[in-house]
Amino acid sequence: MKRTTYIVVAGVVLLFGLSWVLHAVSMSGEADGVARAFMITIAAFLTLAIYSFLYKDNPFYKFAEHLYVGVSAAYWMCQAFWSTIVGNLFPRLSEGLSNYFQQPYQASDWNITYWIPVILGIMLLMRLTQKYGWMSRWPLAMIVGTTAGLNFVRYLRSDFIVQVSSTFMPLLGEDPHGWQGFGAFFSNLDLSASGQLAAIVSNWVIFFGVICGIIYFYFSKEHSGAFGRASRLGIWILMITFGASFGYTVMGRISLLVGRITFLFRDWLEIIS
Amino acid sequence: MSNLGVIISLLVIFGGLTWLLFRSIKGREVDRRVIFVFIFLAVAAPILFPITFQEHASPVVKGLFDHIDNLPPGSRVLISFDYDPAMAPEVQPMANAISLHCLDRGHKVVFMSLWATGQTLLFNTLQDVIRPEFPDLIDGVDFVSTGYKAGNEGVLNVIVSDFKKMFPTDVNGVPLDSAVIFDEINSCADFDLIVALGGGRPGPKEWVLFVGDPADVPIGVGVAAVVAPQLYPYYPRQIIGMLGGVKGAAEYESELAHRHERFKDMAQPGLKMMGPQTLAHIVIMCFIVIGNVVFFRSRRREGR
Repeated sequence: MKRTTYIVVAGVVLLFGLSWVLHAVSMSGEADGVARAFMITIAAFLTLAIYSFLYKDNPFYKFAEHLYVGVSAAYWMCQAFWSTIVGNLFPRLSEGLSNYFQQPYQASDWNITYWIPVILGIMLLMRLTQKYGWMSRWPLAMIVGTTAGLNFVRYLRSDFIVQVSSTFMPLLGEDPHGWQGFGAFFSNLDLSASGQLAAIVSNWVIFFGVICGIIYFYFSKEHSGAFGRASRLGIWILMITFGASFGYTVMGRISLLVGRITFLFRDWLEIIS
Repeated sequence: MSNLGVIISLLVIFGGLTWLLFRSIKGREVDRRVIFVFIFLAVAAPILFPITFQEHASPVVKGLFDHIDNLPPGSRVLISFDYDPAMAPEVQPMANAISLHCLDRGHKVVFMSLWATGQTLLFNTLQDVIRPEFPDLIDGVDFVSTGYKAGNEGVLNVIVSDFKKMFPTDVNGVPLDSAVIFDEINSCADFDLIVALGGGRPGPKEWVLFVGDPADVPIGVGVAAVVAPQLYPYYPRQIIGMLGGVKGAAEYESELAHRHERFKDMAQPGLKMMGPQTLAHIVIMCFIVIGNVVFFRSRRREGR
């Protein structure tokens, strides 16, 4: 490493060390003040380390990135072991194991079939060995099959049948009153977002939007004439939808930035309340 | 001081943007890091010098608000915290506002989580928001937290027909059979409303697929902005209302403060975040305009 790198690292360590000391002093009255001061300082350091990538790739970013990946993997492994195997399986499997892990044994739930996931789990781990790696294909097939079977009916109903029926909108007014003629429509004209006019316009947009969107993906007929115009409208609908999605994504990312900057200003620098 | 700070910040930001526009028109490149600095300023300035905007609930937010408001007191509501700290800045304000609203209306609320990380955030809501606001409510009678249960969609698949099979005890280890709130609750079908908060998997979409549609239970959702467009097709037939991102949270908080005197002066983190949101979006739009102006000018120059 270059000399300047050492100086920068020493400077950063010194800066955040000083931050820890200052926070610890200001929190000296609290029971876990020193530990909390350390956590705030580390959180601030990691936040800034991650954002430092915006300037350019650097060792602080690399350190924060690797730490994040490592901690996440370890956290989820522990969670899976303690919540699924210890929390869900052992209390239904063995009194001895339940007692060992200090879990209440659920004798009424005992069932010999619970040994099947145990065996399948062990077979899945066989992937780590070269000789018996083939055994992991069976539980994997079981997982894929079960997920597909479980999801098939749910998705078919909620994402297909109900969605198709939801596309058939009342084009001339919503329930419960429906369309009662132009006289009633204009005498009760409501221009608000929840009014009847907005509902009618919205329903027409959904109806034509879906039809034109489908036409755009229909390639068995040449996209010319009226069919071509509908197809072009379809691509516009798709672009507007992608734009809305992008807008929402930007909003989500800005929210995260607001959260981190608020943390830095409030908890670390203590310049806002 | 605050107003002066806002004015100076706006002058710096928009003065800088104008300078960038002229610089770009002259054909000089703008380093991408300059854009990051402007976004930082646009977000940091309204945090230091708060700018607040008026929000009005849109029909999609009002759908959930009105449903909670119109349920008779004593109705059973399930709120699921299916998110992690990465989504918390957006979803936690919704979780707090909806929980307060339900308990204020006298509903019996069951809290749960399908995400391990959601349990801690649920604890934060109970400890920092609900306990101070409703010190007289009794755990197990007025509300209960069943905590986190591993199993993702598998949990939903079971609780849709038998809730206590997956959650025999609450988060403190007290059997649910002894909790008064669970006297008339056997499955998810016994809830009058389910509010799914999150944005990942399992999340609001899985609640619709595995519980809402099969059990015919009204579902309301509060989601991170990134996934909001994916859930719009479910409104209004499969979900009764939706809070999308921090804008949805701000609209809900605004409606709550507007219609319930008790929450007039409550903390409104969602509404507070709309200042930085608005300014950052304006800056992004300015950069899009600058980019387009420069692009069309350079194209015209090439055409000559």
